[in-house]
Amino acid sequence: MKCQKCEKPATFHITDLTVEPLLALHLCPDCAKQYLQPEQAALPAPTMSSVIDKQLKLEQTAEELKELDSKSCPVCGVTFFEFRQAGRLGCPHDYDFFQAELEPLLLNVHGNTKHVGKHPRRVPLESEVTNAVIQERRELRDAVETEDYERASKIRDRIRTFETQARDGDRDSGNSGGESSGEGAEV
Amino acid sequence: MIIEDLAERIGEWLRGSGPESDIVMSSRIRLARNVADFPFIRRCSDIDRANLEATVRDSMKRHLRLAELDYVNVALLDPLDRQFLVERQLISRELSEAEGARSVAIEKEERLSVMINEEDHLRIQVMHSGFDLQSAWERINELDNQIESQIRYAYHQQYGYLTACPTNVGTGMRVSVLVHLPALVITQQIDKVFRSLQRINLVVRGLYGEGSQAMGDFYQVSNQITLGKTEEDLVRRVSEVVPVLINYERKAREYLINENQHDLFDQVSRAYGTLQNAQQISSEETMHLLSRVRMGVNLGLIGNVEIPTINKLFVHTQPAHLQKLTRSGTSNSQGNIERANYLQSHLRPRTDSSEHN
Repeated sequence: MKCQKCEKPATFHITDLTVEPLLALHLCPDCAKQYLQPEQAALPAPTMSSVIDKQLKLEQTAEELKELDSKSCPVCGVTFFEFRQAGRLGCPHDYDFFQAELEPLLLNVHGNTKHVGKHPRRVPLESEVTNAVIQERRELRDAVETEDYERASKIRDRIRTFETQARDGDRDSGNSGGESSGEGAEV
Repeated sequence: MIIEDLAERIGEWLRGSGPESDIVMSSRIRLARNVADFPFIRRCSDIDRANLEATVRDSMKRHLRLAELDYVNVALLDPLDRQFLVERQLISRELSEAEGARSVAIEKEERLSVMINEEDHLRIQVMHSGFDLQSAWERINELDNQIESQIRYAYHQQYGYLTACPTNVGTGMRVSVLVHLPALVITQQIDKVFRSLQRINLVVRGLYGEGSQAMGDFYQVSNQITLGKTEEDLVRRVSEVVPVLINYERKAREYLINENQHDLFDQVSRAYGTLQNAQQISSEETMHLLSRVRMGVNLGLIGNVEIPTINKLFVHTQPAHLQKLTRSGTSNSQGNIERANYLQSHLRPRTDSSEHN
């Protein structure tokens, strides 16, 4: 058996009784020493990627992990592998698309999976709409990269239409508009 | 240029006033927010970033109160000015070192700043002097509402405010206090205190946030959990632990006074003497010695220097500040000489110049 924190053989088998739920650990002598005598260890907060890796090692076989890694969000294109490496998601839709993988992580980090705090005063935009715009932005980038400027210009128009509508909607619903002419964001 | 104006002043959080300010330097709250119709920063193209920065900035400027902020285009700043804003705690190292379109909106009094295109699209922060989390929360909540009246945030029915990193999701809120704990360091109890904080899900970082070393015995204590608790709860959880920390530090100081006052007085006096007389001195050594002197002043062991002066020196002697204030070059050795001169001019008694001759 390999150590859970490095690649060396695990010779220490520890059950930590001080945490809830109880934690079973299989460590090499060096990592065990560090675990048992934390005063000698540094005190950095666990990074997202280390939490993810720990979680996955406990729950997934190598093959399951390989399949999971290639899963890619249809809206922003981020793969689970990329998220796992960087600890950062690619767009709001990832919270739905990777929900099954994220829930245990959220539970691990926050001890909870449900927000109970503040919420925006206005009704949030429909996620179907915002997801579609994010996809358009991705297509715009591809069109510019492949120098397909005609397509890029069409996509840009569609994004501008959305932005103008969203802003006009804000104005109609009685928000302090100020001057909000049709000028979209410059590209 | 706004940065030149900033250099001459000191920020609100250095005022050295406010409740318990001998130990609690400042109270800070930040909110992470994202715009609903853009990908998170990591998946943004250069076009997206530029668009996003312009959209957020223009939207904020449409609000009367937010239009009063100073908007600084961080992408156009040279490295010295960026480092200056980091030392000032107005931007993060991450924003300073990132690439592409990014900016920061700053209030003149430096109590609030809004970073655009950091790890999240918006990082809103409010910083008050001393132990004053409640009013910091009220201020940032108001600011968040003002921005939300202009920008559609990414918000999820179940998960709340969506963030690039799931460790921030929900409230997107980090509540922190910057505490000065020199006596706990000297008495070697600091690790013990930190371990007990970790057990109640609080995080301890150095002066400049994630991954930074504890400099000058300053530590940031903040919440780790952001999901499943209300904002008021998170403020309460950090607030509750602060009096305990203050009590530990005061007891450690009492212990040092009672058990070895001569040692303590000697240490503090030597630190003060070095700062007054050194001919060249590094930033790290300066922080270390200023920390001792700060404690000495708070304990009444040193009389003729004020806490606001010490607080100011903590920031003004850092590399980018020193370079801007003394218009000196970039070499370390020259900086160390300039730093010693700067310290002398602030810490040496001015009346005795005639006695030397």
